[in-house]
Amino acid sequence: MQTQLGNAAFPRLLRRSLSYIPSILYSLHSLLNLFHFFRFLSNSSPQSQKHKEMASPFLSNTTISFSSSLSSSSLPRIAPSIPFSSIRSNSTPRRILTVRSKIREIFMPALSSTMTEGKIVSWVKSEGDVLSKGESVVVVESDKADMDVETFYDGILAAIVVGEGETAPVGAAIGILAETEDEIAEAKAKAASKSGASTPSAPPPAPAPGAASTPGPPKSTPAPAAPTVAEGPRKTVATPFAKKLAKQHKVDIESVVGTGPYGRITPEDIEAAAGLSPSKKNVGLAVVVETKPAAPAKAPAASAAPSSLPPPVPGSTVVPFTTMQAAVSKNMVESLSVPTFRVGYPVTTDALDALYEKVKPKGVTMTALLAKAAAMALAQHPLVNSSCKDGKSFTYNSNINIAVAVAINGGLITPVLQDADKLDLYLLSQKWKELVEKARAKQLQPQEYNSGTFTLSNLGMFGVDRFDAILPPGQGAIMAVGASKPTVVADADGFFSVKNKMLVNVTADHRIIYGADLAAFLQTFSKIVENPESLTL
Amino acid sequence: MHSTLSFSQATTVPTTNYAFHSQSPINLRFCGLRREAFGISILTRSSSGRVRLSTRGRSKRTSASTGNNGTPPKSFDYDLIIIGAGVGGHGAALHAVEKGLKTAIIEGDVVGGTCVNRGCVPSKALLAVSGRMRELQSEHHMKALGLQVSAAGYDRQGVADHANNLASKIRSNLTNSMKALGVDILTGFGTIVGPQKVKYGKVGFTDNVVTAKDIIIATGSVPFVPKGIEVDGKTVITSDHALKLEFVPDWIAIVGSGYIGLEFSDVYTALGSEVTFIEALDQLMPGFDPEISKLAQRVLINPRKIDYHTGVFATKITPARDGKPVIVELTDAKTKEHKDTLEVDAALIATGRAPFTYGLGLENINVVTQRGFVPVDERMRVIDANGNLVPHLYCIGDANGKMMLAHAASAQGISVVEQVTGRDHVLNHLSVPAACFTHPEISMVGLTEPQAREKAEKEGFEISVAKTSFKANTKALAENEGEGLAKLIYRPDNGEILGVHIFGLHAADLIHEASNAVALGTRIQDIRFAVHAHPTLSEVLDELFKSAKVLDMKTLRKMKS
Repeated sequence: MQTQLGNAAFPRLLRRSLSYIPSILYSLHSLLNLFHFFRFLSNSSPQSQKHKEMASPFLSNTTISFSSSLSSSSLPRIAPSIPFSSIRSNSTPRRILTVRSKIREIFMPALSSTMTEGKIVSWVKSEGDVLSKGESVVVVESDKADMDVETFYDGILAAIVVGEGETAPVGAAIGILAETEDEIAEAKAKAASKSGASTPSAPPPAPAPGAASTPGPPKSTPAPAAPTVAEGPRKTVATPFAKKLAKQHKVDIESVVGTGPYGRITPEDIEAAAGLSPSKKNVGLAVVVETKPAAPAKAPAASAAPSSLPPPVPGSTVVPFTTMQAAVSKNMVESLSVPTFRVGYPVTTDALDALYEKVKPKGVTMTALLAKAAAMALAQHPLVNSSCKDGKSFTYNSNINIAVAVAINGGLITPVLQDADKLDLYLLSQKWKELVEKARAKQLQPQEYNSGTFTLSNLGMFGVDRFDAILPPGQGAIMAVGASKPTVVADADGFFSVKNKMLVNVTADHRIIYGADLAAFLQTFSKIVENPESLTL
Repeated sequence: MHSTLSFSQATTVPTTNYAFHSQSPINLRFCGLRREAFGISILTRSSSGRVRLSTRGRSKRTSASTGNNGTPPKSFDYDLIIIGAGVGGHGAALHAVEKGLKTAIIEGDVVGGTCVNRGCVPSKALLAVSGRMRELQSEHHMKALGLQVSAAGYDRQGVADHANNLASKIRSNLTNSMKALGVDILTGFGTIVGPQKVKYGKVGFTDNVVTAKDIIIATGSVPFVPKGIEVDGKTVITSDHALKLEFVPDWIAIVGSGYIGLEFSDVYTALGSEVTFIEALDQLMPGFDPEISKLAQRVLINPRKIDYHTGVFATKITPARDGKPVIVELTDAKTKEHKDTLEVDAALIATGRAPFTYGLGLENINVVTQRGFVPVDERMRVIDANGNLVPHLYCIGDANGKMMLAHAASAQGISVVEQVTGRDHVLNHLSVPAACFTHPEISMVGLTEPQAREKAEKEGFEISVAKTSFKANTKALAENEGEGLAKLIYRPDNGEILGVHIFGLHAADLIHEASNAVALGTRIQDIRFAVHAHPTLSEVLDELFKSAKVLDMKTLRKMKS
């Protein structure tokens, strides 16, 4: 029953956006849990292997097993690496995905949805054993149970990378499977490099001369000589979770300098040493550390920060963020790492206002008009629609997706009008209405709020005449729109007249968009708004 | 079981003798005696030395001690006095009233005892919070249910208040229920001054002396703190302090991984603490069935922010002071060598509980405690220093150490009341369930698998084990809580249930079907036809009983021939 349901669900889900992939996988995981049916194997190229794995479950009923080697932790990385969701629904994708390599890695499978690492209880097969498809190879102890793991390929167990009693994170290679004897040597070499690479000696962190517990000159090994402590060598103190993390991420705990109370090593210290994004609860704090890695004294200072905050005023209440608020907070802090600048521009809106009056009865909203105008301007200035993902390149977006900021019940969300340049005004207005309804009902799908390439924020309806918006991470520019107000203007001939003027202010990422680019874009935008007939075409 | 001694009370006119057991050699009845006459009978017995009462080969002697206070009173203030108003005393008092006894209960502290004020009750309030926190924090769990929840947080004082309010509420319920039934609540510490005589009073006030035909000691226990550990109530604490939840440390060492330690690890980790267990035995959770404890460790320990040291004693624990953290010295349990030193923010001592029997005046009736426990026979009758039964004196609950559980104390109390009102009763402790309220819960009744195997070997029978998983249960899956196991240990030859162990959602509520079956002697071949509502978690046990293979008569006969 469960299987049938699950399989039937795949094609339907497939047609949707790739944002669904994590949830599909999740259901796969639960299915796997139910059926205790674990087989896994994959070829040696991690990239293509991922694609293959991703694709396989959707192609046949029997290949569920592939996905068991996907760890839930690796999902976020996998999802963006598959930009061709449409290809996979083709009828002949097998050919595309054919794998040439004959040496395959055996991965630590995810035996449960919560499993992050697994311990090898025993290898059922030894190196050199010939394996046939479906045979048990290794017994893995997960956080839940001991499970036999089967191979999905015939071959020879060329090398065992992770020995009995050792632990490996989900998705890590634990053994190498060669297809023929000729490849054993090659596989062994691969195994050697694997085991070498899998135990990276964590680079000793920069000494922290400022840290209270270790005064004196920087030392290469902090452990043996802690001068001021009279009791002799101080042992490393790490919290239980810190130890777990260290093991999981193969961080040498002795090389980590603790920043916790009494100089103890906290989970955050390990995360920092492993180069991981810190856990949620300390996002703001840890970002400070992250952006200034060169200043070691900052770390203890930063960790001391919370205690140095003034105590709350008596009678104050602390209300934790909602998920939405937490997401906003996270994005806002992240935005600090982007160098932005702003360019303002007055736009005459008499013609636009007149048009609005005309189309209003047809259900067109001002938001749709502005989004359409911005999209049309962006079509002429693709640079402003681009973004800088890595600090080294421009990413030009093929679609113009206008995200529009909306305040909703104490939160802020940006429903996205996709292909705003291509849809006509009426469709766009219709679409917008749907999005707002969905947003209110909290039913927006991820791609309906995170696929924007340019953001529009309008506070004009509140009488705000101008403001300045923060550039959301992952986009090149955001436009802040103020109220349209009757303004006295003098023309070139010295005649005064009253025109409705609206101030728009664009914030952009100066790594890719420069002042002149923005000015040119605004000029185009202004022209479109001042001659809005094109909007209705 | 097999005893036939019934000291029935005159006023209840017990004309029936419940003790018609064929094996019993002697039926000795003191029925139908008037109060006055009863007193004389005691006198008679004491003057004639001892009356020998034999119960099937056992030589337990009843002697009326003529100690310091000489002769017992001829008429009594009460039929029954219970010293200690905990759950055990309360259960006994309620049952005594039902049986028509004039009952008084003496309490020196607060009504409700450990369970209500410093134990099961407030800890359940904390665990209710921790369970919800855990659920709300589990992103993938919420996502699987299609729920979106904002960042879960808690207000420590609010949580502490919830626990405290619950305790007060249950305490007042308990007090009111006794008052309403006419149980006299006497305030002060009770001391036995002689046979059937108790004095009570507060320090600095004159003592009152009351007499009763029967006395039940139900004084309970206090947290046991091994020597070398300095409890300051702030950073080095016992469960008494921990339940007030005055602070939530970043890192807490829990000494002992039994029920109390496990439950607190559940609370503390849900509230954001990291936990280090210190266990003297080689394995965590030593009291549980090994299979259950292995699974429990996988679910309750390994994935959480918990590490542990096993096979070590915490020989010295110093509270945080002078800018130093709490320091825990670990000593190897076998070699007695220093093994490690931990620096933590707090330490919870959960090494068990010690009986609270000091100052009870047991010396006045020639009773010597064993490690503080009051020695009793299987009917909770107190045994004196010479191995004789002390007449009219019983001890129930933690103070006798037979089974240190609130409901066991209550059951023992009810058993005693049954006996003093003329109906012999022996509590089958193997039918008393136990539960640990972690998330998910652990529960059990009867023997563990190793215990059952030992017994089977000794007595020469076979045992079998049946298991079912929560993963196959519809209701558990609907809750997205498929993690769990139920295990049945039974005799395939006659279908007797020897033990049932459950780890999973609501295990503590599920165990009673099994414990009732054990108590009533229901066999698997009968209970398997009982119907369970679908879909409910109870079907886990339904499956369990159905999966057990009890040999039918034909097979048995074949085997014998």
